Amino acid sequence: MSSDSEKPTDAKPEEKPAATKPVVKKPEETPVELPAFEKGISDKIVEKFGDKVEVAFVKEDRVGINVSKENVHDVAEFIRDGLNYDHVESVSGVDYPLEQEIAVVYHIGSYSDPSLARQILVLSTRAQREENPIPGHDATKLPTLRDIFYSVEFHEREVFEMSGVYFEGHPDNRRLLLPEDWADLPPLRKDFAIKGR
Amino acid sequence: MTTELPTDITSAAIHMDKPSSSWLPPGLALQKVDERIMTLNVGPQHPGSGHMRLIVQIDGDYIVACDPDPGYVHRGEEKMAEYRNYITNVPHLERPVIHDSCNVLYPYVLGVEELLGIEVPERAQYVRVIAAELNRCIYIMYWLAIYGIFLGHSTMFMWPAGDRELLIDLMEKMTGARVTHAHFIPGGVRNDLPPNFEGVCLRQVNYFEKRIKEYAAVFYDNPILISRTQDTGVLSRQDAIRLGTTGSVLRASGVDFDLRKKEPYDVYDELDIHTNVMTAGDAYARSKIPWLDMMESCKIIRQALQKMPKSGSVRVKLKPNPKGKGLDTVYKRVESGRGSLGYYIVSNGKPEPYRLKMSVPSFRNLIALPYLLKGEKLGNMPSVYWSLNYWPVEADR
Repeated sequence: MSSDSEKPTDAKPEEKPAATKPVVKKPEETPVELPAFEKGISDKIVEKFGDKVEVAFVKEDRVGINVSKENVHDVAEFIRDGLNYDHVESVSGVDYPLEQEIAVVYHIGSYSDPSLARQILVLSTRAQREENPIPGHDATKLPTLRDIFYSVEFHEREVFEMSGVYFEGHPDNRRLLLPEDWADLPPLRKDFAIKGR
Repeated sequence: MTTELPTDITSAAIHMDKPSSSWLPPGLALQKVDERIMTLNVGPQHPGSGHMRLIVQIDGDYIVACDPDPGYVHRGEEKMAEYRNYITNVPHLERPVIHDSCNVLYPYVLGVEELLGIEVPERAQYVRVIAAELNRCIYIMYWLAIYGIFLGHSTMFMWPAGDRELLIDLMEKMTGARVTHAHFIPGGVRNDLPPNFEGVCLRQVNYFEKRIKEYAAVFYDNPILISRTQDTGVLSRQDAIRLGTTGSVLRASGVDFDLRKKEPYDVYDELDIHTNVMTAGDAYARSKIPWLDMMESCKIIRQALQKMPKSGSVRVKLKPNPKGKGLDTVYKRVESGRGSLGYYIVSNGKPEPYRLKMSVPSFRNLIALPYLLKGEKLGNMPSVYWSLNYWPVEADR
């Protein structure tokens, strides 16, 4: 387990908070030309929310937005109503023990708007991480997006049991995949070790 | 987005007010609301379904509520992937759907190639497309066989199970393995095609297409099937979108969405692809779309065989333990036999992924099940369940 606990790193780009303009995450020094359509999407979000959101990356067909947990509900609502995204494809919990945070990443797509068919909006937010988690009863909590995107229902249940992030307001926070009597750490946390590895 | 969705069983759901060790098992979470209502456990030893439990509440013959309980075949693929490097992850990541093993690996190799910055040779891209389409047919034939036997139609079990062998033989020629090929690797495919493969493939695929067309008479035009599936488990277009369903479920509800066309990967943009869409949204439409997809796959394979470069490399040699270029994330998705299948890979510059998440179509379609079964007759449960193209092992990962 030792090899993993020492290397957790930040997936966030090193953004320059002074500029409200999105900053590309690519390591090359030469300025990369951002794809125009994707830039338009991120610009709309930045225009609406200002410095409450930060643009993590703008790549071809993918736009990454980082947002704090206080604003994630509002941003998601704007993404649905203002930008025509209509379903969530995937919700992933990513554990960052060194930063004492767990990132929850929503991959949001659109069926109803043909111009967005290729696009995935990557909405990332972070919850506080506890050393000794009691899932549901510690500070690792986020507001649910289930009232905005119905499709997150099972995904958020999975993140709750696998990463221990409790979604406040989710109507059904039971276990989904794990056994009912599971009493160990949430298994996708980095400090949950696989035997023999 | 205005349709009122039923809140299914959530009124009976437990809000967590106890520490995790004392959670009630899901079976006990459903409360008895009425003397008339009976709770029925379907599975997890349900034959053919791959270990999946449905907790169904019935009032007489009608289903009042359904609570899917997946997880009996959870294998921890995502956790395993964090301990293995990008190459050794290949064989175990295809295990969730061995019948569709090329398609389940496809987004993974695409994602890793983007992380590592690899350009794949053109011939390898065509070989991948052919293998992926063959695998799609193999998966659909297997699904169709089970769908047939679950409806009590044993001919529809025997025919697809037999005709599937045509394509499995092809895959065996191509990859050396009948089912679990592990043929796609970052950088291309493992081996080049065997000599004379094109001719054999064309012959087999033509015969296969002729065979599956005969299924119409015995299955799809069969009045018994139609009476059991038409207007059963209807999913409206709005709800299909709102529930985030994918693949044949989505297209049977009238949404024209196929990633091979909408977000073409590899050489799919050079091929002429027709997306099959039906508007009924019932179990019949959902069972017919995959069958139409197979005929489309045959056309794609013929086109790919024609356009494929006749010689050339099929693989970029990688260094041992390839690494990403520092902090990076990638989300790649392909159209698998069941729908859009995506991988979210977080790399931190190490040879292993920092986090790997599979977003699988079965898991995404599962949310529609309680919604569709509510108000159905219990006897219609198999036809609705299988029409969702649900694969429990994939949903659990």
